[in-house]
Amino acid sequence: MTGQTNTAASSLLDAMSFIWREAELLDRREYPAWLTLWRTEGIYVIPIDPDTEDFDNSLNYVLDNDEMRRARVARLMSAHSMSATAAARTARTVSRFVVVADTAHAMTVRCVQHLVETKRDVQRTYAAEITYDLARGVEGLLIERKVVRLINSTDALGGVAYLF
Amino acid sequence: MTSQTSPEATPTPGGLADLVRPDRVHSQLYRDPALFDQEMDKIFDKTWVWVAHASELPEAGSYKTAFVGRHPVIVNRDRQGKINVLLNRCRHRAATVCEARRGKANSYVCPYHGWSYALDGSLRGVPYAEGYEDTLDKSQFPLVALKVDQYQGLIFASLNHDIEPLEDFLGEAKPWIDLFMKQDAGFGVKTAGEHKFRFPGNWKIQLENTTDAYHFPLVHKSFLTSLDDDTEELFDVLNQGGFVQDLGNGHSVMVMIPDLVDLDENLEAPIPERFEALAQELARDYPDDVVRKVVRAVGGTGFNLNLFPNLACSMAFFRVLRPVAVDETEISHIAITMDGGPAAGNRARLRLHEHFQGPMGFGSPDDAEAWARVQRGSAAGSDVWIMLNRGLDAQGVDNRGAGTGDVSAETGMRSAYRMWKRMMTA
Ligand code: FES
Ligand SMILES: [Fe+2]
Repeated sequence: MTGQTNTAASSLLDAMSFIWREAELLDRREYPAWLTLWRTEGIYVIPIDPDTEDFDNSLNYVLDNDEMRRARVARLMSAHSMSATAAARTARTVSRFVVVADTAHAMTVRCVQHLVETKRDVQRTYAAEITYDLARGVEGLLIERKVVRLINSTDALGGVAYLF
Repeated sequence: MTSQTSPEATPTPGGLADLVRPDRVHSQLYRDPALFDQEMDKIFDKTWVWVAHASELPEAGSYKTAFVGRHPVIVNRDRQGKINVLLNRCRHRAATVCEARRGKANSYVCPYHGWSYALDGSLRGVPYAEGYEDTLDKSQFPLVALKVDQYQGLIFASLNHDIEPLEDFLGEAKPWIDLFMKQDAGFGVKTAGEHKFRFPGNWKIQLENTTDAYHFPLVHKSFLTSLDDDTEELFDVLNQGGFVQDLGNGHSVMVMIPDLVDLDENLEAPIPERFEALAQELARDYPDDVVRKVVRAVGGTGFNLNLFPNLACSMAFFRVLRPVAVDETEISHIAITMDGGPAAGNRARLRLHEHFQGPMGFGSPDDAEAWARVQRGSAAGSDVWIMLNRGLDAQGVDNRGAGTGDVSAETGMRSAYRMWKRMMTA
């Protein structure tokens, strides 16, 4: 193996470890810890339109800056949301990682997530392609942007009281 | 009769008419599959059903697919500018002729054997026509057309060609539709995408909810908590002198924020602090009067207008319901923007929509959870009723009217169920 391959492999491994840790936090609903994975400028998007890149001028499921992300977490953790207190349990796997870009300061990783939720005897699945823009800092990776493209984004979904 | 074989056969000796009383309805209305089939026949196949907003069909050939009750339909605009609503079913052997949600087409060609139809539904081409030996009269096999009419860009269709004119059906709801459309700030209403979700429950549970202010402070507490103080006060919907009014034919209006009934009024009022940044951004490109109009209308109107059976003009968006099964309903919350209006204003409208609506909004999932719980709970007991008596006095008289009543009265629901009963027993 060349030195270069080692660097690429270790950078992919960094990204996978980071994304798997995020997946575990979300399945366990450890939302305050999840918030620390983000840069303050980070944007969390779950678009509806499968083709758009212009999220600001489109209707999305989620388009969160830091303030909205914190408000969303507060809602999911509050005792005053009847959907959040009865949220489905989830188990997700993330795989099919592809490194799209990789520099000294940042990397972009594309992957696929399969999520199974279960609530009141009913299980359903959501599949999505997720693109992470990750910033490399002194303390490791942080999320700069996360775009979750549900493969059924234009179909009718169920109420979702957790995060993708 | 089907209800005899249904596991939850109608128990009341008075029959269907007795299931809806002035102050209550039987939970059978949420649960009996036979009743659901009758609703499809006697309500959705008989009345005006909303299918589109004119802005969804901007040019000749534009189409969308939709449902009228259980019937899949195509809604299009033809070269004459006329709107057609056609059953999405080839007249040969039934294949759908269009499966895209929306798009543009000059004709519809059935993918099975290639029969082709013009935008008005007329049958134009039949491959290998000689196999019919001149017995096939093409004029007898157009895509089946529904009756179509529109008011203020709201396009309705009906399978019932003898139905009363749309304007008569809408009646007293018309002035409220006019008021609702003022949120375009003079630019024209344009739909801008939708949040679509399903919940495991009967369609009438959603129909009730659009005229239910009673649930708002409780179910939407986590939404209210996420707002700044001024907006939270604005959404204190039970304490602003609002009211519910029966508008006839099952329609009703629930005014939650009386100050926002007429968006052309109070334009000189100071810009609220939370919209100052937006106002400044708009002021770079637009004169003061436009800025004020856009800002005042950005959160929509202060009322929900419920149009029986499937549309609500709900504050800042269109709510469309589609009954899928007796215990499954699909909801679309269609966002509204200003056609050609300021991009910053439209972005603000989209963000407000995302904040509350949709499967991951701060409001809709809590509604959906409440409705699912209603459906589950309604399984309990065989003769326990759904109470709709809020706002009736001791004599059972609904004395609530414009400006006088309680916004949390169940007047709108009673109005819808009166229409339900009228149509189901006709
Ligand atoms: S079913 Fe359409 S052409 Fe045969
Ligand atoms: Fe609600």
